[in-house]
Amino acid sequence: MRTASVALARRALRNALRRPQFLAPLVLFPTLFLAVNVGGLERTTALPGFPHVDGFLDFQLAAAITQSLLLGGISAGIAAALDIEGGFFDRLVASPTPRLAIVLGRVLAASVIAAIQVVYFLVLGVIFGASIKGGALGVLYVLAIGTVAGTGFGALGVMIALRARNASTVQGIFPLVFVLLFVSSAFFPANLLSPPADVVAAYNPLSYIAEGMRQPIAFDNALAPVLEGLAAAAGVALAAIGLSVLALHGRLRAT
Amino acid sequence: MCNIIASIEAIEAIGLEREFKGGVKAVTGIDLTVAPGEVYGFLGPNGAGKTTTVRMLVTLLRPTGGHARVAGFDVARQPAEVRRRIGVALQEAALDPLMTGSELIELQATLHGIPPRAVRKRGAELIERVGLSQAADRRVGTYSGGMRRRLDLAMALIHEPEVLFLDEPTTGLDPTSRLTLWNEVRRLRDEGTTVFLTTQYLEEADQLADRLGIIAAGKIVAGGTPAALKAEIGSPHLDLVLAAGSDVQRAREAIAGFGDHRPAAEGCHLSIGLEHGAADIAPILRALDDAGFAVAELELKQPTLDDVFLAKTGVHLEGAADAEPAPEPELV
Repeated sequence: MRTASVALARRALRNALRRPQFLAPLVLFPTLFLAVNVGGLERTTALPGFPHVDGFLDFQLAAAITQSLLLGGISAGIAAALDIEGGFFDRLVASPTPRLAIVLGRVLAASVIAAIQVVYFLVLGVIFGASIKGGALGVLYVLAIGTVAGTGFGALGVMIALRARNASTVQGIFPLVFVLLFVSSAFFPANLLSPPADVVAAYNPLSYIAEGMRQPIAFDNALAPVLEGLAAAAGVALAAIGLSVLALHGRLRAT
Repeated sequence: MCNIIASIEAIEAIGLEREFKGGVKAVTGIDLTVAPGEVYGFLGPNGAGKTTTVRMLVTLLRPTGGHARVAGFDVARQPAEVRRRIGVALQEAALDPLMTGSELIELQATLHGIPPRAVRKRGAELIERVGLSQAADRRVGTYSGGMRRRLDLAMALIHEPEVLFLDEPTTGLDPTSRLTLWNEVRRLRDEGTTVFLTTQYLEEADQLADRLGIIAAGKIVAGGTPAALKAEIGSPHLDLVLAAGSDVQRAREAIAGFGDHRPAAEGCHLSIGLEHGAADIAPILRALDDAGFAVAELELKQPTLDDVFLAKTGVHLEGAADAEPAPEPELV
């Protein structure tokens, strides 16, 4: 199982690198969004109730990472759906590959890509003036939450691919990513959101994931938000992996 | 009632059925056996149920009726055991275009549990065997159709399977690539590998198969060795092409007393089964001449597998796909 999962993860990673048109948007789009937000909405930090931060970039960095990780999930889903459309999935199913490895291979690759995405945004942030308040430990916290969250989003993408069986449907999820992100506290503090967005944000795991990463970047290494973020990310990951495995079994049963 | 089949055959199917969503029955009770080391040809037009049958035998599709065992294991109850013992090259060579030939071979070997040390050696041997050594480090996306098929075959052979399934391996290939694959199938037979080969090409079935099953509309309509099947049809037939503008119906009437008239391909063609072999040719030509018909071309043909197909189904293999549209492969 482990050998098969690692072999399939290596394949997924290699293919991701060989398909830069799929990989580039994961960082380019959130980078542009981050640049526009930071450039145009800097004065937001002066709003009453906005937490004290050194700069809007410090605050927005976690949102950009979360957005990038969500796009990573879609990308993992598209890759899985292309395997189904192209028949490679059938090749795996007709071989003695453990069924769980088919999902885990793809999810492992999503974890590695997620870690790279987190590092990219932290480096970008530092280059453009952000300071990671939590220092090296803070970086590890962000990396941990981001990687676990990226794993979960990747598993969600795989689950959707297994259900939909075509890449265009997975791609159609793209707008939903934005809706989910905007009804969280990723871009703006929860206390500045209007109803009903503030209520939805309170139950949206993306809020906890983004705030868990924001704490060590913009403030300090206070454990409560970090642990909440980690728990939310782990919850998403476990639920998504479970749902993916169920989707795989459902798909194999249906044939 | 216990329906488990005790079998020493490489493949055995009894009453195998598959019904798709909407009640479309793609396979309606297939019975077949394939002996170890045999090349079994599964011949039929598009939409006849060949691929559905293969997908059930390789555990990609669950039968909705009947039973099948491959390499001694039940495809529905022991799919994992079946998968360890089979090699599969499906109709569309499902190869990742972003990977190189070597990478794909190595991945397939790893997934089959071949130890890392043996992976490289076995992979290199197979790559060489299918003539892809020069292209092994190129991405599969740059391969021609023939190269993809050969790589697909190499991947299917990586774990030295007991039973190899080749689903229309030469469809869409140029004659040279087709011959290369035929030679490889012959070599596999010589090595004792059981091969289940689906094809829509008469010549391919005739050339490669030790035994044949002819499938039409989801049922096997004839089975046996190619020679036995053709002998069943009996006498040779005469194909005639009349001069342009001839009244074919009147020509048929003029030679109505000779042999067995068959549906002909098109235009001024006539096809007559000869009860007494070549001895019937001269009287037929005389009768046509007496009736004022000029013969542009004539050919004496021995029975072919197409004749067998025609005799069993009432249509030629070519064009039969149009008569029997393939069902939509929607899942139940």
